[in-house]
Amino acid sequence: MLPALFLLTLVGIWQLAASTGLLADLFGLEDFLVPSPAEIGEALWENRTLLAENAWVTLREILLGFACALVAGIAFAIAMHLSGFVLRSTYPLVIASQTIPIVAIAPILVIWFGFGIVPKILVVALVCFFPITVATLNGLSSVDPEAGKLMRTLYASRWQIFRRLSVPTSLPYLFTGIKISIVFAPIGALFGEWVGSSSGLGHQILQDNAQLQTARLFAAVAILSAIGLILFGLVALVERRVVTWR
Amino acid sequence: MRQDTRVKLEIAGVGHSYGDLRTLSSLTLAGEANEVIGLVGPSGCGKSTLLELICGLQEPIEGKIAVEGNSASEERLGRCALMPQRDLLLPWYSAIDNAALALRNQGIGRAEARAEAATLFDRFGLAGFEAARPAELSGGMRQRVAFLRTLIAGKPVLALDEPFASLDAITRAEMQEWLAAALRADPRTAVLVTHDVEEALYLCDRVAVMSGRPGRVVAELSAPHPRAEDRDGAVTDPGFVSAREQALRTLHQTLRGS
Ligand SMILES: Nc1ncnc2c1ncn2[C@@H]1O[C@H](COP(=O)(O)OP(=O)(O)O)[C@@H](O)[C@H]1O
Ligand SMILES: [Mg+2]
Repeated sequence: MLPALFLLTLVGIWQLAASTGLLADLFGLEDFLVPSPAEIGEALWENRTLLAENAWVTLREILLGFACALVAGIAFAIAMHLSGFVLRSTYPLVIASQTIPIVAIAPILVIWFGFGIVPKILVVALVCFFPITVATLNGLSSVDPEAGKLMRTLYASRWQIFRRLSVPTSLPYLFTGIKISIVFAPIGALFGEWVGSSSGLGHQILQDNAQLQTARLFAAVAILSAIGLILFGLVALVERRVVTWR
Repeated sequence: MRQDTRVKLEIAGVGHSYGDLRTLSSLTLAGEANEVIGLVGPSGCGKSTLLELICGLQEPIEGKIAVEGNSASEERLGRCALMPQRDLLLPWYSAIDNAALALRNQGIGRAEARAEAATLFDRFGLAGFEAARPAELSGGMRQRVAFLRTLIAGKPVLALDEPFASLDAITRAEMQEWLAAALRADPRTAVLVTHDVEEALYLCDRVAVMSGRPGRVVAELSAPHPRAEDRDGAVTDPGFVSAREQALRTLHQTLRGS
Protein backbone atom coordinates (compact mmCIF):
# COMPACT_ATOMS: atom_id res chain seq x y z
CA MET A 1 0.00 0.00 0.00
CA LEU A 2 2.63 2.52 1.09
CA PRO A 3 4.91 2.00 -1.96
CA ALA A 4 1.90 2.39 -4.26
CA LEU A 5 0.98 5.65 -2.59
CA PHE A 6 4.53 6.92 -2.86
CA LEU A 7 4.72 5.96 -6.53
CA LEU A 8 1.41 7.68 -7.25
CA THR A 9 2.65 10.87 -5.61
CA LEU A 10 5.84 10.79 -7.67
CA VAL A 11 3.92 10.23 -10.91
CA GLY A 12 1.60 13.09 -9.95
CA ILE A 13 4.49 15.48 -9.40
CA TRP A 14 6.10 14.33 -12.64
CA GLN A 15 2.83 14.89 -14.52
CA LEU A 16 2.54 18.39 -13.13
CA ALA A 17 6.15 19.30 -13.77
CA ALA A 18 6.15 17.88 -17.31
CA SER A 19 2.76 19.19 -18.49
CA THR A 20 3.55 22.75 -17.37
CA GLY A 21 6.87 22.59 -19.21
CA LEU A 22 8.70 23.14 -15.91
CA LEU A 23 10.82 20.01 -16.27
CA ALA A 24 11.83 20.77 -19.88
CA ASP A 25 12.79 24.33 -18.95
CA LEU A 26 14.77 23.06 -16.01
CA PHE A 27 16.85 20.77 -18.27
CA GLY A 28 16.85 23.34 -21.11
CA LEU A 29 15.15 20.87 -23.47
CA GLU A 30 12.37 20.90 -26.04
CA ASP A 31 8.98 20.03 -24.56
CA PHE A 32 8.53 16.81 -26.57
CA LEU A 33 11.77 15.37 -25.16
CA VAL A 34 10.31 15.37 -21.65
CA PRO A 35 7.04 13.44 -21.88
CA SER A 36 4.52 13.50 -19.07
CA PRO A 37 3.06 10.25 -17.70
CA ALA A 38 -0.14 10.99 -19.58
CA GLU A 39 1.79 11.29 -22.85
CA ILE A 40 3.60 8.04 -22.10
CA GLY A 41 0.24 6.39 -21.49
CA GLU A 42 -0.95 7.76 -24.80
CA ALA A 43 2.11 6.40 -26.59
CA LEU A 44 1.56 3.08 -24.85
CA TRP A 45 -1.97 2.89 -26.19
CA GLU A 46 -1.23 4.13 -29.71
CA ASN A 47 1.69 1.73 -30.16
CA ARG A 48 0.11 -1.18 -28.35
CA THR A 49 0.53 -3.67 -31.22
CA LEU A 50 4.17 -2.80 -31.80
CA LEU A 51 4.93 -2.78 -28.09
CA ALA A 52 3.14 -6.06 -27.49
CA GLU A 53 5.03 -7.73 -30.33
CA ASN A 54 8.36 -6.53 -29.04
CA ALA A 55 7.46 -7.33 -25.44
CA TRP A 56 6.61 -10.89 -26.46
CA VAL A 57 10.01 -11.25 -28.15
CA THR A 58 11.80 -10.04 -25.03
CA LEU A 59 9.63 -12.04 -22.66
CA ARG A 60 10.41 -15.19 -24.62
CA GLU A 61 14.14 -14.49 -24.37
CA ILE A 62 13.77 -13.94 -20.64
CA LEU A 63 11.75 -17.08 -20.01
CA LEU A 64 13.91 -19.35 -22.17
CA GLY A 65 17.13 -17.97 -20.71
CA PHE A 66 15.79 -18.28 -17.19
CA ALA A 67 14.61 -21.85 -17.81
CA CYS A 68 18.08 -22.82 -19.09
CA ALA A 69 19.70 -21.23 -16.04
CA LEU A 70 17.25 -22.95 -13.69
CA VAL A 71 17.94 -26.41 -15.08
CA ALA A 72 21.70 -25.90 -15.41
CA GLY A 73 22.02 -24.12 -12.07
CA ILE A 74 20.18 -26.77 -10.08
CA ALA A 75 21.99 -29.60 -11.85
CA PHE A 76 25.33 -27.95 -11.29
CA ALA A 77 24.60 -27.23 -7.63
CA ILE A 78 23.64 -30.87 -7.08
CA ALA A 79 26.81 -32.03 -8.82
CA MET A 80 28.92 -29.73 -6.62
CA HIS A 81 27.06 -30.92 -3.55
CA LEU A 82 27.50 -34.62 -4.32
CA SER A 83 31.10 -34.45 -5.46
CA GLY A 84 33.77 -32.70 -3.43
CA PHE A 85 35.96 -32.88 -6.50
CA VAL A 86 33.48 -30.95 -8.66
CA LEU A 87 33.01 -28.43 -5.86
CA ARG A 88 36.70 -27.76 -5.29
CA SER A 89 37.57 -27.62 -8.97
CA THR A 90 34.68 -25.45 -10.21
CA TYR A 91 33.27 -23.33 -7.37
CA PRO A 92 36.10 -20.76 -7.45
CA LEU A 93 35.66 -20.50 -11.22
CA VAL A 94 31.92 -19.97 -10.87
CA ILE A 95 32.58 -17.10 -8.50
CA ALA A 96 35.37 -15.68 -10.66
CA SER A 97 33.05 -15.77 -13.66
CA GLN A 98 30.90 -13.18 -11.92
CA THR A 99 33.65 -10.60 -12.14
CA ILE A 100 33.38 -10.63 -15.95
CA PRO A 101 30.83 -7.97 -16.94
CA ILE A 102 27.98 -9.36 -19.02
CA VAL A 103 28.08 -6.22 -21.18
CA ALA A 104 31.53 -7.30 -22.33
CA ILE A 105 30.51 -10.86 -23.22
CA ALA A 106 27.33 -10.01 -25.08
CA PRO A 107 29.08 -8.78 -28.28
CA ILE A 108 31.19 -11.93 -28.40
CA LEU A 109 28.09 -14.08 -28.08
CA VAL A 110 26.56 -12.23 -31.02
CA ILE A 111 29.70 -12.83 -33.08
CA TRP A 112 29.56 -16.52 -32.23
CA PHE A 113 25.82 -17.19 -32.40
CA GLY A 114 24.52 -14.52 -34.79
CA PHE A 115 21.64 -12.11 -34.43
CA GLY A 116 18.94 -14.64 -33.59
CA ILE A 117 17.49 -15.52 -30.22
CA VAL A 118 20.38 -17.73 -29.07
CA PRO A 119 22.81 -15.04 -27.83
CA LYS A 120 19.96 -13.30 -25.94
CA ILE A 121 18.99 -16.54 -24.23
CA LEU A 122 22.62 -17.09 -23.35
CA VAL A 123 23.04 -13.63 -21.82
CA VAL A 124 19.87 -14.04 -19.76
CA ALA A 125 20.98 -17.52 -18.69
CA LEU A 126 24.40 -16.20 -17.68
CA VAL A 127 22.79 -13.52 -15.54
CA CYS A 128 20.43 -16.00 -13.86
CA PHE A 129 22.82 -18.92 -13.46
CA PHE A 130 24.92 -17.57 -10.61
CA PRO A 131 22.20 -16.66 -8.08
CA ILE A 132 20.37 -19.92 -8.71
CA THR A 133 23.48 -22.10 -8.43
CA VAL A 134 24.84 -20.45 -5.31
CA ALA A 135 21.46 -20.38 -3.58
CA THR A 136 20.78 -24.04 -4.33
CA LEU A 137 24.23 -25.11 -3.20
CA ASN A 138 23.72 -23.12 -0.01
CA GLY A 139 20.41 -24.85 0.60
CA LEU A 140 21.81 -28.31 0.01
CA SER A 141 24.66 -27.75 2.44
CA SER A 142 22.35 -26.40 5.14
CA VAL A 143 20.69 -29.79 5.59
CA ASP A 144 20.85 -30.80 9.26
CA PRO A 145 23.27 -33.75 9.49
CA GLU A 146 21.42 -35.01 12.58
CA ALA A 147 18.23 -35.22 10.52
CA GLY A 148 20.17 -37.21 7.92
CA LYS A 149 21.25 -39.69 10.61
CA LEU A 150 17.71 -39.92 11.90
CA MET A 151 16.46 -40.67 8.39
CA ARG A 152 19.00 -43.47 8.10
CA THR A 153 17.60 -45.12 11.24
CA LEU A 154 14.17 -44.84 9.58
CA TYR A 155 15.26 -47.05 6.65
CA ALA A 156 15.85 -44.11 4.28
CA SER A 157 18.03 -44.75 1.24
CA ARG A 158 20.36 -42.02 -0.05
CA TRP A 159 17.78 -41.10 -2.65
CA GLN A 160 14.99 -40.93 -0.07
CA ILE A 161 17.13 -38.71 2.16
CA PHE A 162 17.72 -36.46 -0.84
CA ARG A 163 14.07 -36.33 -1.81
CA ARG A 164 12.45 -36.09 1.61
CA LEU A 165 15.10 -34.06 3.44
CA SER A 166 17.57 -32.26 1.16
CA VAL A 167 15.13 -31.05 -1.48
CA PRO A 168 12.60 -29.50 0.94
CA THR A 169 15.42 -27.97 2.97
CA SER A 170 16.85 -26.32 -0.15
CA LEU A 171 13.58 -25.08 -1.64
CA PRO A 172 13.37 -21.77 0.26
CA TYR A 173 16.99 -21.06 -0.71
CA LEU A 174 16.27 -21.93 -4.33
CA PHE A 175 13.35 -19.50 -4.40
CA THR A 176 15.56 -16.73 -3.05
CA GLY A 177 17.97 -17.38 -5.92
CA ILE A 178 15.13 -17.45 -8.43
CA LYS A 179 13.74 -14.14 -7.18
CA ILE A 180 17.10 -12.45 -7.50
CA SER A 181 17.71 -13.83 -10.97
CA ILE A 182 14.23 -13.08 -12.30
CA VAL A 183 14.57 -9.34 -11.65
CA PHE A 184 17.97 -9.26 -13.36
CA ALA A 185 16.83 -11.36 -16.31
CA PRO A 186 15.14 -8.45 -18.20
CA ILE A 187 18.38 -6.44 -17.96
CA GLY A 188 20.20 -9.40 -19.48
CA ALA A 189 17.72 -9.56 -22.35
CA LEU A 190 18.13 -5.82 -22.90
CA PHE A 191 21.93 -6.11 -23.16
CA GLY A 192 21.55 -9.04 -25.53
CA GLU A 193 19.27 -7.05 -27.79
CA TRP A 194 21.37 -3.91 -27.70
CA VAL A 195 24.35 -5.68 -29.14
CA GLY A 196 22.45 -6.83 -32.18
CA SER A 197 18.82 -7.54 -32.89
CA SER A 198 15.91 -6.68 -35.14
CA SER A 199 13.10 -6.90 -32.60
CA GLY A 200 12.37 -6.84 -28.87
CA LEU A 201 11.93 -4.04 -26.38
CA GLY A 202 15.68 -3.41 -26.24
CA HIS A 203 15.79 -3.04 -30.01
CA GLN A 204 12.84 -0.67 -29.89
CA ILE A 205 14.38 1.43 -27.13
CA LEU A 206 17.46 1.95 -29.32
CA GLN A 207 15.32 2.96 -32.29
CA ASP A 208 13.13 5.31 -30.25
CA ASN A 209 16.27 6.82 -28.85
CA ALA A 210 17.63 7.48 -32.33
CA GLN A 211 14.32 8.92 -33.50
CA LEU A 212 13.80 10.98 -30.35
CA GLN A 213 10.51 9.16 -29.72
CA THR A 214 10.89 9.69 -25.99
CA ALA A 215 7.29 8.98 -25.02
CA ARG A 216 7.37 5.57 -26.74
CA LEU A 217 10.81 4.91 -25.27
CA PHE A 218 9.45 5.48 -21.80
CA ALA A 219 6.52 3.22 -22.64
CA ALA A 220 8.94 0.42 -23.59
CA VAL A 221 10.90 0.94 -20.37
CA ALA A 222 7.67 0.81 -18.37
CA ILE A 223 6.72 -2.49 -20.01
CA LEU A 224 10.14 -3.96 -19.36
CA SER A 225 9.96 -3.07 -15.70
CA ALA A 226 6.38 -4.39 -15.52
CA ILE A 227 7.62 -7.70 -16.93
CA GLY A 228 10.21 -7.91 -14.15
CA LEU A 229 7.67 -7.05 -11.47
CA ILE A 230 5.06 -9.49 -12.74
CA LEU A 231 7.58 -12.33 -13.01
CA PHE A 232 8.76 -11.60 -9.47
CA GLY A 233 5.16 -11.63 -8.28
CA LEU A 234 4.50 -14.93 -10.01
CA VAL A 235 7.56 -16.49 -8.42
CA ALA A 236 6.49 -15.22 -5.00
CA LEU A 237 3.06 -16.73 -5.60
CA VAL A 238 4.50 -20.10 -6.58
CA GLU A 239 6.81 -19.96 -3.56
CA ARG A 240 3.88 -19.43 -1.24
CA ARG A 241 2.13 -22.46 -2.69
CA VAL A 242 5.22 -24.67 -2.58
CA VAL A 243 6.97 -23.62 0.62
CA THR A 244 3.95 -23.90 2.87
CA TRP A 245 5.86 -24.54 6.08
CA ARG A 246 7.45 -21.11 6.47
CA MET B 1 7.12 -61.13 33.05
CA ARG B 2 10.19 -61.48 30.84
CA GLN B 3 10.39 -64.84 29.15
CA ASP B 4 12.95 -63.93 26.52
CA THR B 5 16.24 -63.51 28.34
CA ARG B 6 18.39 -63.49 25.23
CA VAL B 7 20.91 -60.67 25.33
CA LYS B 8 19.68 -58.02 22.91
CA LEU B 9 22.40 -55.51 23.37
CA GLU B 10 26.03 -56.13 24.09
CA ILE B 11 28.59 -53.37 24.44
CA ALA B 12 32.02 -54.58 25.46
CA GLY B 13 35.16 -52.51 25.98
CA VAL B 14 34.09 -49.83 23.53
CA GLY B 15 36.25 -46.82 22.82
CA HIS B 16 35.48 -43.87 20.58
CA SER B 17 36.96 -40.53 19.64
CA TYR B 18 36.23 -37.54 17.45
CA GLY B 19 39.67 -36.89 16.05
CA ASP B 20 41.84 -36.11 19.07
CA LEU B 21 38.87 -35.85 21.41
CA ARG B 22 38.56 -39.11 23.30
CA THR B 23 34.87 -39.56 24.08
CA LEU B 24 34.42 -43.14 25.29
CA SER B 25 36.86 -45.57 26.84
CA SER B 26 36.38 -49.27 27.64
CA LEU B 27 32.68 -48.88 28.07
CA THR B 28 30.76 -52.03 28.86
CA LEU B 29 27.01 -52.41 29.09
CA ALA B 30 24.51 -55.17 28.31
CA GLY B 31 20.77 -55.20 27.86
CA GLU B 32 18.30 -58.06 27.87
CA ALA B 33 15.19 -58.32 25.77
CA ASN B 34 12.59 -55.68 26.68
CA GLU B 35 14.82 -54.20 29.33
CA VAL B 36 14.81 -50.42 29.66
CA ILE B 37 18.26 -49.17 30.58
CA GLY B 38 18.76 -45.66 31.85
CA LEU B 39 21.95 -43.78 31.05
CA VAL B 40 22.96 -40.85 33.22
CA GLY B 41 26.21 -38.92 33.28
CA PRO B 42 27.69 -35.44 33.10
CA SER B 43 27.00 -33.55 29.91
CA GLY B 44 29.58 -34.06 27.19
CA CYS B 45 30.54 -37.51 28.51
CA GLY B 46 29.49 -39.19 25.27
CA LYS B 47 25.92 -40.36 25.91
CA SER B 48 24.58 -39.20 22.55
CA THR B 49 27.67 -40.61 20.89
CA LEU B 50 27.04 -43.98 22.54
CA LEU B 51 23.49 -44.04 21.20
CA GLU B 52 24.76 -43.32 17.69
CA LEU B 53 27.29 -46.11 18.10
CA ILE B 54 24.58 -48.54 19.17
CA CYS B 55 22.45 -47.53 16.17
CA GLY B 56 25.27 -48.18 13.74
CA LEU B 57 25.60 -44.52 12.79
CA GLN B 58 29.19 -44.54 14.01
CA GLU B 59 31.91 -47.11 14.50
CA PRO B 60 33.91 -47.66 17.70
CA ILE B 61 37.70 -47.48 17.47
CA GLU B 62 37.95 -50.43 19.83
CA GLY B 63 35.71 -52.99 21.47
CA LYS B 64 32.54 -54.59 20.27
CA ILE B 65 28.93 -53.58 19.91
CA ALA B 66 26.38 -56.22 19.02
CA VAL B 67 22.63 -55.92 18.64
CA GLU B 68 20.86 -59.27 18.72
CA GLY B 69 24.27 -60.83 18.17
CA ASN B 70 25.09 -58.78 15.08
CA SER B 71 27.96 -56.33 15.18
CA ALA B 72 28.14 -55.04 11.59
CA SER B 73 27.05 -51.40 11.50
CA GLU B 74 24.43 -52.02 8.78
CA GLU B 75 22.95 -54.81 10.90
CA ARG B 76 22.79 -52.52 13.94
CA LEU B 77 21.24 -49.77 11.86
CA GLY B 78 18.51 -52.18 10.78
CA ARG B 79 17.70 -53.14 14.36
CA CYS B 80 17.83 -49.83 16.24
CA ALA B 81 15.60 -46.79 16.15
CA LEU B 82 16.85 -43.44 17.41
CA MET B 83 14.86 -40.71 19.05
CA PRO B 84 17.25 -37.77 18.90
CA GLN B 85 17.73 -35.09 21.50
CA ARG B 86 15.92 -32.52 19.33
CA ASP B 87 12.67 -33.89 17.94
CA LEU B 88 13.78 -33.14 14.34
CA LEU B 89 10.26 -33.38 12.99
CA LEU B 90 10.34 -32.33 9.35
CA PRO B 91 8.41 -29.05 9.08
CA TRP B 92 7.17 -29.77 5.54
CA TYR B 93 5.32 -32.92 6.58
CA SER B 94 2.16 -33.18 8.62
CA ALA B 95 2.29 -34.88 12.01
CA ILE B 96 1.08 -38.17 10.58
CA ASP B 97 3.50 -38.10 7.65
CA ASN B 98 6.34 -37.46 10.09
CA ALA B 99 5.24 -40.40 12.21
CA ALA B 100 4.90 -42.62 9.13
CA LEU B 101 8.34 -41.77 7.66
CA ALA B 102 9.78 -45.21 8.35
CA LEU B 103 6.88 -46.86 6.54
CA ARG B 104 7.17 -44.55 3.53
CA ASN B 105 10.91 -45.16 3.37
CA GLN B 106 10.19 -48.88 3.26
CA GLY B 107 8.17 -48.35 0.10
CA ILE B 108 4.69 -48.44 1.63
CA GLY B 109 2.18 -46.19 -0.14
CA ARG B 110 1.09 -42.94 1.44
CA ALA B 111 -2.51 -43.94 2.17
CA GLU B 112 -1.54 -47.25 3.71
CA ALA B 113 1.25 -45.69 5.78
CA ARG B 114 -1.10 -43.01 7.10
CA ALA B 115 -3.74 -45.57 7.98
CA GLU B 116 -1.22 -47.57 9.99
CA ALA B 117 0.08 -44.49 11.80
CA ALA B 118 -3.47 -43.30 12.45
CA THR B 119 -4.22 -46.23 14.75
CA LEU B 120 -1.28 -45.20 16.95
CA PHE B 121 -2.41 -41.56 16.83
CA ASP B 122 -5.70 -42.60 18.37
CA ARG B 123 -4.03 -44.74 20.97
CA PHE B 124 -1.63 -41.97 22.07
CA GLY B 125 -4.03 -39.07 22.26
CA LEU B 126 -2.99 -37.40 19.04
CA ALA B 127 -6.28 -38.00 17.22
CA GLY B 128 -7.41 -34.89 15.39
CA PHE B 129 -3.87 -33.64 14.89
CA GLU B 130 -2.95 -35.88 11.97
CA ALA B 131 -2.86 -33.04 9.45
CA ALA B 132 -1.22 -30.48 11.75
CA ARG B 133 2.25 -29.28 10.88
CA PRO B 134 4.89 -29.74 13.61
CA ALA B 135 4.95 -25.97 14.20
CA GLU B 136 1.32 -26.13 15.23
CA LEU B 137 1.89 -28.78 17.93
CA SER B 138 2.74 -28.28 21.58
CA GLY B 139 6.07 -29.50 22.92
CA GLY B 140 4.54 -32.60 24.48
CA MET B 141 2.73 -33.48 21.27
CA ARG B 142 5.85 -33.04 19.20
CA GLN B 143 7.66 -35.47 21.51
CA ARG B 144 4.84 -37.96 21.17
CA VAL B 145 4.93 -37.73 17.38
CA ALA B 146 8.70 -38.13 17.48
CA PHE B 147 8.33 -41.17 19.69
CA LEU B 148 5.68 -42.70 17.44
CA ARG B 149 7.99 -42.15 14.48
CA THR B 150 10.60 -44.17 16.38
CA LEU B 151 8.14 -46.86 17.44
CA ILE B 152 6.55 -47.33 13.99
CA ALA B 153 9.93 -48.28 12.55
CA GLY B 154 9.24 -51.57 14.34
CA LYS B 155 12.82 -52.10 15.50
CA PRO B 156 13.61 -54.27 18.51
CA VAL B 157 15.95 -51.72 20.14
CA LEU B 158 15.11 -48.09 20.90
CA ALA B 159 17.73 -45.42 21.59
CA LEU B 160 16.05 -42.47 23.33
CA ASP B 161 18.19 -39.37 23.79
CA GLU B 162 16.90 -37.10 26.56
CA PRO B 163 13.42 -37.24 25.07
CA PHE B 164 11.81 -34.94 27.62
CA ALA B 165 14.66 -32.56 28.47
CA SER B 166 13.11 -29.67 26.57
CA LEU B 167 9.70 -29.91 28.21
CA ASP B 168 8.33 -28.00 31.20
CA ALA B 169 8.04 -29.92 34.46
CA ILE B 170 4.31 -30.68 34.25
CA THR B 171 4.40 -31.82 30.63
CA ARG B 172 7.50 -33.85 31.38
CA ALA B 173 5.74 -35.73 34.20
CA GLU B 174 2.80 -36.40 31.87
CA MET B 175 5.10 -37.61 29.14
CA GLN B 176 6.97 -39.92 31.49
CA GLU B 177 3.74 -41.56 32.49
CA TRP B 178 2.77 -41.74 28.83
CA LEU B 179 6.08 -43.35 27.83
CA ALA B 180 5.82 -45.89 30.65
CA ALA B 181 2.37 -46.86 29.37
CA ALA B 182 3.57 -46.96 25.76
CA LEU B 183 6.42 -49.31 26.68
CA ARG B 184 4.08 -51.50 28.72
CA ALA B 185 1.76 -51.79 25.72
CA ASP B 186 4.57 -52.39 23.27
CA PRO B 187 7.67 -53.60 25.15
CA ARG B 188 11.06 -52.99 23.57
CA THR B 189 14.64 -53.05 24.62
CA ALA B 190 15.50 -49.42 25.17
CA VAL B 191 18.39 -47.23 26.20
CA LEU B 192 17.15 -43.98 27.67
CA VAL B 193 19.54 -41.10 28.20
CA THR B 194 18.38 -38.64 30.83
CA HIS B 195 19.63 -36.01 33.24
CA ASP B 196 16.86 -36.72 35.67
CA VAL B 197 17.52 -39.50 38.21
CA GLU B 198 13.87 -39.66 39.17
CA GLU B 199 12.90 -40.08 35.51
CA ALA B 200 15.50 -42.81 35.11
CA LEU B 201 14.31 -44.71 38.18
CA TYR B 202 10.66 -44.36 37.18
CA LEU B 203 11.05 -45.42 33.55
CA CYS B 204 13.98 -47.82 33.61
CA ASP B 205 14.69 -51.26 34.98
CA ARG B 206 18.33 -50.44 35.51
CA VAL B 207 20.38 -47.26 35.43
CA ALA B 208 23.97 -47.07 34.19
CA VAL B 209 26.06 -44.18 35.50
CA MET B 210 28.72 -42.83 33.18
CA SER B 211 31.91 -41.03 34.19
CA GLY B 212 33.06 -37.75 32.72
CA ARG B 213 34.84 -37.83 29.37
CA PRO B 214 36.18 -40.24 28.26
CA GLY B 215 32.94 -41.87 29.31
CA ARG B 216 32.55 -45.35 30.65
CA VAL B 217 30.02 -47.05 32.91
CA VAL B 218 31.20 -46.63 36.50
CA ALA B 219 28.15 -47.83 38.40
CA GLU B 220 24.80 -49.49 37.90
CA LEU B 221 21.75 -48.80 39.97
CA SER B 222 18.71 -50.99 40.04
CA ALA B 223 15.31 -49.41 40.01
CA PRO B 224 12.69 -50.27 42.63
CA HIS B 225 10.21 -52.97 41.57
CA PRO B 226 7.32 -53.23 41.14
CA ARG B 227 6.21 -49.69 40.39
CA ALA B 228 2.73 -48.22 40.49
CA GLU B 229 1.29 -47.37 37.12
CA ASP B 230 0.48 -43.77 37.87
CA ARG B 231 3.58 -41.64 38.16
CA ASP B 232 2.56 -39.73 41.28
CA GLY B 233 1.83 -42.98 43.08
CA ALA B 234 5.13 -44.44 41.95
CA VAL B 235 7.44 -41.59 42.84
CA THR B 236 5.90 -40.95 46.25
CA ASP B 237 6.09 -44.59 47.27
CA PRO B 238 8.47 -44.89 50.27
CA GLY B 239 10.44 -47.60 48.50
CA PHE B 240 10.92 -45.34 45.48
CA VAL B 241 11.88 -42.35 47.61
CA SER B 242 14.57 -44.24 49.44
CA ALA B 243 15.81 -45.77 46.19
CA ARG B 244 16.09 -42.27 44.73
CA GLU B 245 17.96 -40.99 47.78
CA GLN B 246 20.36 -43.85 47.54
CA ALA B 247 20.79 -43.41 43.80
CA LEU B 248 21.61 -39.73 44.20
CA ARG B 249 24.15 -40.55 46.90
CA THR B 250 25.79 -43.18 44.73
CA LEU B 251 25.78 -40.80 41.79
CA HIS B 252 27.48 -38.02 43.72
CA GLN B 253 30.06 -40.35 45.24
CA THR B 254 30.82 -42.00 41.93
CA LEU B 255 31.13 -38.83 39.97
CA ARG B 256 33.24 -37.13 42.60
CA GLY B 257 35.48 -40.17 42.75
CA SER B 258 36.02 -40.51 39.02
N1 LIG C 1 30.32 -34.61 15.48
C1 LIG C 1 31.19 -34.30 16.45
N2 LIG C 1 32.46 -33.93 16.15
C2 LIG C 1 33.34 -33.61 17.11
N3 LIG C 1 33.07 -33.62 18.42
C3 LIG C 1 31.82 -33.97 18.79
C4 LIG C 1 30.81 -34.31 17.84
N4 LIG C 1 29.68 -34.61 18.50
C5 LIG C 1 29.96 -34.45 19.81
N5 LIG C 1 31.24 -34.06 19.99
C6 LIG C 1 31.89 -33.86 21.29
O1 LIG C 1 32.01 -35.12 21.88
C7 LIG C 1 31.72 -35.07 23.27
C8 LIG C 1 30.58 -35.99 23.59
O2 LIG C 1 29.41 -35.52 22.96
P1 LIG C 1 28.00 -36.15 23.24
O3 LIG C 1 28.03 -37.59 22.91
O4 LIG C 1 27.00 -35.34 22.52
O5 LIG C 1 27.83 -35.96 24.82
P2 LIG C 1 26.52 -36.02 25.73
O6 LIG C 1 25.40 -36.48 24.89
O7 LIG C 1 26.86 -36.96 26.84
O8 LIG C 1 26.32 -34.64 26.26
C9 LIG C 1 31.41 -33.60 23.56
O9 LIG C 1 32.57 -33.02 24.09
C10 LIG C 1 31.08 -33.02 22.23
O10 LIG C 1 31.46 -31.67 22.19
MG1 LIG D 1 23.64 -35.55 24.33
